[in-house]
Amino acid sequence: MSPRFLLLLFVMAGLVVAFAPLPVQSVTPQERTIDIDARQYTYSPSELQVNKGDTVTIKLISTDVVHGLYVDGYDVSIEANPGQTATLTFTADKAGSFRFRCNVTCGAMHPFMIGKLTVGTNNWLYRSIGLATLAIFGTVISIKQKA
Amino acid sequence: MAKIELNRNPFIENALKSRYPQLAVFIVMLVGYIFAILAGLIGTPVGSHNFSIVFVWIAWWAVLILVAVPFFGRGWCAVCPIPLPGEWLQRGAMLAPPNKRPKWLNLRVPKMFRNIWLQNISFLLLALFSSVLLTTPNITSIVLAAMLFAAIGLSTIFERRAFCRYLCPVGGFIGLYSQTAPIELRIRDKQACVKCEGKPCYNGSEVGYGCPWDVFPGGLTKNTYCGLCMECIRTCPHDNIAVNLRPFSADLAKPTTRMDEAFKSFIMLGSAMIYAGVLLGPWGMLKDAAYNVGSNSWFVYAGVFLAIIFGVLPGLFSLGIYQRQNNIAFKQRFASLSTALIPLGMMFWVAFSLSFVLTNASYILTALSDPLGLGWNLFSTANTAWQPMLTSILAPAQTLALVGGLIWSARTAQKAANESWTSSMPVIVYCFLLTSVMLWLLL
Ligand code: SF4
Ligand code: SF4
Ligand code: SF4
Ligand SMILES: [Cu+2]
Repeated sequence: MSPRFLLLLFVMAGLVVAFAPLPVQSVTPQERTIDIDARQYTYSPSELQVNKGDTVTIKLISTDVVHGLYVDGYDVSIEANPGQTATLTFTADKAGSFRFRCNVTCGAMHPFMIGKLTVGTNNWLYRSIGLATLAIFGTVISIKQKA
Repeated sequence: MAKIELNRNPFIENALKSRYPQLAVFIVMLVGYIFAILAGLIGTPVGSHNFSIVFVWIAWWAVLILVAVPFFGRGWCAVCPIPLPGEWLQRGAMLAPPNKRPKWLNLRVPKMFRNIWLQNISFLLLALFSSVLLTTPNITSIVLAAMLFAAIGLSTIFERRAFCRYLCPVGGFIGLYSQTAPIELRIRDKQACVKCEGKPCYNGSEVGYGCPWDVFPGGLTKNTYCGLCMECIRTCPHDNIAVNLRPFSADLAKPTTRMDEAFKSFIMLGSAMIYAGVLLGPWGMLKDAAYNVGSNSWFVYAGVFLAIIFGVLPGLFSLGIYQRQNNIAFKQRFASLSTALIPLGMMFWVAFSLSFVLTNASYILTALSDPLGLGWNLFSTANTAWQPMLTSILAPAQTLALVGGLIWSARTAQKAANESWTSSMPVIVYCFLLTSVMLWLLL
């Protein structure tokens, strides 16, 4: 096979791995309430798992200074004063994995006060590992061809 | 792909030959550097609102790792302010060489230090304290000032730029990754150098200084130790120095044979992964351990950090490339094959930095108007709300960087493996495994 054709083949395969629609598992959406404690510089729990379509209510309780919680990709946020509970409700309509992070300067390590919300499965991770696998095969085959 | 000599263009040639454009940039950089030191000391202790943290660790870092190193190699070193005060003092001049030589010790650096182990160590020292360094203005100031003074001190004791060559924690990895850049400084014609009397590019002349980086331009085969200071363009009487545009990673076709350089690859690869996990991951315990310097958990963190870099990563690598029957000594194969980790390591840093920089870039606007966090509003951007940038393309961009780095490394592995008559497969598999871990950490 000509190297150009091979390259084209692998690029196409890469596009499929990256963008092909996956069958959606239909789970009935639920209402979920999650209590999160915030302290310098961590949330607990810091890893959340919900299903796509769920209505998520986060109750943020700060145990030391004022903290916030901003969800990447959803662009929603709340702030909680020490000892008070702040409530944020949103519909988890985008699947994937999102960082949530403090958006109120709360001390030195503030920029790294981070948690992780996974909605459904983190498909992009698996797609990325798929792409890496494909990349390796492509490279090895092209090396073999040259040899 | 052929090389293009950029300084064939008379405008570029003159801009590089003249000392004034570079001096102008130097002065701006030095003023910024000193301002960063002062801001860290007198400004707000809140890192994300202090010029020192925001401009060093967000703005400068972003430019360095996302643009300067990948595209210009040691381009940053060409304008870096850190060695300047020492160099000016050592020379007794800011521009062209004066008639009388100042009397400093001008010693040669002892042979045992003429490698990058000290740079490996200085980088690791900073890396172990990085959570504090990255977030605490006065610590950043102290480190910046310490580098300035160390460079001055070394300039008075040793000849040339000893700090840059052997101690600078930043210079070590810039040198390593500069090999991947599409820019190089090389001679045009070998014969001209052979015939050249006095070798003014190395020994200096009345028009300029001998290579400050202790490199003989005539022998350059890779970017690692040429600081792109442009001095040899000024001194070479035969117009024999070219600044070339060339294919990416051209230097990696000649794998390294040195252990200090090999370990630099592991140090950088490992640190990028550890940072991705500790700083950007959701694990509060790790952050606590990394931040509370001196506590028991920090010692455990430091131990694990070093174990990963000096044990786990090179250990797995060695297992992969170990062979009974191969005439080429194991050490040599280890060093040579580690060259393959250079593109991957750089892309790990790109992927890590993209997340950190895009999330925090809005602080640059705030700090620009209120550099000390004292409530100023110089350019009416002080109240810009914090807002992550380009969140929707972050994950695809990271995947692209990491998978691209993986392909790049696999191809480099193939070349290095050919040189040492061995298979590239173990190295490729190793790179794939590390990439998968990094994807998992970041996505
Ligand atoms: S080696 Fe370090 S101090 Fe020297 S020019 Fe490069 S970054 Fe600056
Ligand atoms: S001065 Fe020019 S010609 Fe002479 S050795 Fe140096 S680079 Fe070669
Ligand atoms: S004098 Fe030439 S070879 Fe030496 S560091 Fe400067 S640019 Fe590089
Ligand atoms: Cu915070």
